[in-house]
Amino acid sequence: MIGTAVTDLWYGFGVALEPHNLMFCFIGVLVGNMVGVLPGMGPLATISILLPLTFGMKPVAAILMLGGVMYGAQYGGAICSILLNLPCHPPHAVTCLDGFPMTKQGRGGVALGLTVFASFVGASWGITEMVFLSPLLVRAALQFGPAEVCSLMLLGLLAGSTLARGSPIKGVAMTVLGLFLGSVGTDLETGSERYTFGMTELDDGIELIALALGLFGIAEFMSSVNQVAPINTKYTHVTFKDMRPTKADMKRAFFPMWRGTIIGSLCALIPGTGPTIASFVAYATEKKISKHPELFGTGLIEGVVCPEAATHSSVQGDFIPTMSLGIPGDAVMALLLGALMIQGIVPGPQLISQHPDIFWGLVASFWIGNIMLVLLNVPLIGIWVKMLAIPYKFLYPSAMFFVCIGVYAANNDFFQVGEVAAIGLFGYILLRLGFHPAPILLGFVLGPRFEENFRRAMLISRGDMLVFIERPISAVFVGLCVILIGSQLYLRLKGSKVAELNVDDDATTGVTDDRKIPVQLAGQRVPVTPAE
Amino acid sequence: MRPSTSPLRELMGKRDFYAGGLMVLLGLGIALKGTSYRAGTLMHMGPGFLPTALGVLLVLLGIAIAVAGMSSTDGSAEDQNLLPEYPQWWAWFCILMSPVCFIFFGRYFGMIPATFSCVLIAAVGDKNATWLGSIILATVITIFGVALFSYFLQVPMPILTWKGAP
Repeated sequence: MIGTAVTDLWYGFGVALEPHNLMFCFIGVLVGNMVGVLPGMGPLATISILLPLTFGMKPVAAILMLGGVMYGAQYGGAICSILLNLPCHPPHAVTCLDGFPMTKQGRGGVALGLTVFASFVGASWGITEMVFLSPLLVRAALQFGPAEVCSLMLLGLLAGSTLARGSPIKGVAMTVLGLFLGSVGTDLETGSERYTFGMTELDDGIELIALALGLFGIAEFMSSVNQVAPINTKYTHVTFKDMRPTKADMKRAFFPMWRGTIIGSLCALIPGTGPTIASFVAYATEKKISKHPELFGTGLIEGVVCPEAATHSSVQGDFIPTMSLGIPGDAVMALLLGALMIQGIVPGPQLISQHPDIFWGLVASFWIGNIMLVLLNVPLIGIWVKMLAIPYKFLYPSAMFFVCIGVYAANNDFFQVGEVAAIGLFGYILLRLGFHPAPILLGFVLGPRFEENFRRAMLISRGDMLVFIERPISAVFVGLCVILIGSQLYLRLKGSKVAELNVDDDATTGVTDDRKIPVQLAGQRVPVTPAE
Repeated sequence: MRPSTSPLRELMGKRDFYAGGLMVLLGLGIALKGTSYRAGTLMHMGPGFLPTALGVLLVLLGIAIAVAGMSSTDGSAEDQNLLPEYPQWWAWFCILMSPVCFIFFGRYFGMIPATFSCVLIAAVGDKNATWLGSIILATVITIFGVALFSYFLQVPMPILTWKGAP
């Protein structure tokens, strides 16, 4: 088994090192890294904006580039957290707690240097996991009939919506809404039109790009316009020299880094628990096992490397269910899967055997991309730091143009531009009502396949719903769904708030241990005012 | 702090009440429209089956959200206002008008006016924006954007036209 994995990986490196693919991988990580640094732009918005650019590309190049954007943005987000105390992207919110105090002590460079290193270790572990686990999962998944696929999707959707940020019921409501939006357009089996209201432009369904850019582009701009605090660049003078950690730092960071990596990879295996949860759990664990937990929040290197390693390990691990089962764990993965579908590639267990160039090329490009990021981050840190100062008032109008032209270029049709505006307004209303729109995308991408498999399962079982619990593998998935719902209800009735972690929200004071921030707070644009 | 008048009024002040209400309305709409498509049987499902079921589910979830919002006591910590602390009507209007301008100018005048107007109107939405700064930004983005999308990526949209094909 190891032998075949190595041969396949070798083949993957062959694909990823083709000059054409290498170039797009480089563009991807560069843009991702750059945009990740910019406060107020997340990986979701970036990938949606870049998605139209990939239409003319070959599928391999497209997915390598979009994948690169995704993990590149993770590297960038850490810079923002450590130097500015701004949790631009949810997974990096905990990094602020110890990262920013380190910056104030003049050790921001060391924090960044070790973060890059820890991220690389975490990512490498996640990739290794992907190399060995995906083929195993595929072998199991190829035995699945429509009933199993259906219950597995149900589990993925439930986990994705209840374990993510915010209230679980609202998350489920968003998923249901997404499933519905996925059913708009021509019905695949009967050819009749649904919910098009006579608009022929809607026959092909709602455009994925319009949905993504509306929800994560326009709605986000509406909620952050004029709300973004001016950025304090007082501590952002970091040079290459500052980044070299001392031997003592390395020694202290070594074990936390590995602990974070393991926690991240475990979180990646549970569907729905993405990098955000991984980093929070990693920080909490590190604090718990530390000999001096009271020092956390005052600038401990352990508190920086552990969550960062966890984030990266989990980000790479999230690709496992996405690529091998075709079931995305979060909205970013759903978007990447959507990009593959636009290229005409059907996601699912057959993907690895039918398109080995995509799968193994992607795996190999992860390593290449991560090495590129390490090399990029070290000399370019000065430029990234300068980019932090780009004001939001220049950022969002430019992004608006990319939104409009990107949606237009998808079909060369102005109708979709109107669609994106309408979805943006609707998305903002949802945001104001306390919904997190990310599960919509999850439901939307899985919706048509869910319906298809559900119908097929019902046809095979002659309309007997019991098929889902009569087939053993399917029964396990249904059982897990029940456990998931049951535990959520139980926690709700108990009034316990597990989502809240005992981390203090103001890293600058660092002593008030009793203050709590809920995980939601790690969401978009917390109005954290930079100290002083 | 909270004026504890009738329970109904208290409910009306909660954001989750509206959140649940919106879901109920959406669900009702989906389910009612769904009944106009053929539902079929469980074995041979028609196009209306799943959407109608989803609509009903959404109604139930909406009720659950509203009820949960009513019963929760810790709601005081959360933001219960429907509007943010400082509503940005002008900025919101500008952001939403930006794609509208893009459509109008793009359809009748081509990519350059579309890009310019789209960026300009979005830029003036910021409270610190100046006309000069916005015009400079719009010009820069127009030059860059047209070069990238028209020449490099070959998006089939005329650069400059007069009352192009509607």
